[in-house]
Amino acid sequence: MSNLDAAFSALADPTRRAILARLASGEATVMELAEPFEMTQPAISRHLKVLEGAGLIVRRVEGTRRPCRLAPDSIAAIDQWLAMLRDALTKNYERLDEVLAAMKPKVRKDVP
Amino acid sequence: MSKMTLKTEGDKHVVVTRRFAASPKAVYRAHTEPRLIQKWLLGPAGWTMPVCVSEARPGGKIRYEWTDGKGGGFHLTGEYLELLPFSRIVHVERMHLPDPTPDNRVETRFEQDATGTLMTMQMTLPDAETRAAMLATGMEHGMEASYVRLEAMI
Repeated sequence: MSNLDAAFSALADPTRRAILARLASGEATVMELAEPFEMTQPAISRHLKVLEGAGLIVRRVEGTRRPCRLAPDSIAAIDQWLAMLRDALTKNYERLDEVLAAMKPKVRKDVP
Repeated sequence: MSKMTLKTEGDKHVVVTRRFAASPKAVYRAHTEPRLIQKWLLGPAGWTMPVCVSEARPGGKIRYEWTDGKGGGFHLTGEYLELLPFSRIVHVERMHLPDPTPDNRVETRFEQDATGTLMTMQMTLPDAETRAAMLATGMEHGMEASYVRLEAMI
């Protein structure tokens, strides 16, 4: 979980999210990724470096190619963290329901 | 009745709505009085808010300090900008993690409805990127995450 901050800033960029979406359907090289995005390979490489630094993707060496793929553990960690945060906000408001119930005035207004 | 909604609006806003079975006055008080805030604004189970400063007047300070009781913790600071009892609060806040996050301007409205109060909280972030980072890091928020998940599934 240590590079979650980096992961979240990496995810803040729409191109990088689109790259992740593309990689969800399988491994791809820089050249293959550059094509649909109408971006230069150096531009794509920069995005990949951010994603790799954030632990969201992994790359392997295959001759002169360095295909990328999703790092599944990392995506799962983010999902888990987000679920926890949503849960926290929901819990806050459930607790607030109880606080409000305890504050109720003695005379209850009937709801029509 | 109590289901929370959370959505993004434009480039810089996040809007949360929630209904409560209580008067706008009670919900407003629970958002501004330290003794009440400390009972619910706690996040995950096990966390407490030992320090709660809420000076509910324009220019008044906000400071919430949370701890998990095991040495972990963080705090939030802010200032009240406008208060209209018991229907509207405008304040700015930032989290200290420990570096301060960009200011989040929050407008919270409490409206009487048939069964109690409809709360609408609109957050305004400095820009779209800050919002995306905030959605991803903390304030909950599943919309951006849902998009990421959705895109990842396509």
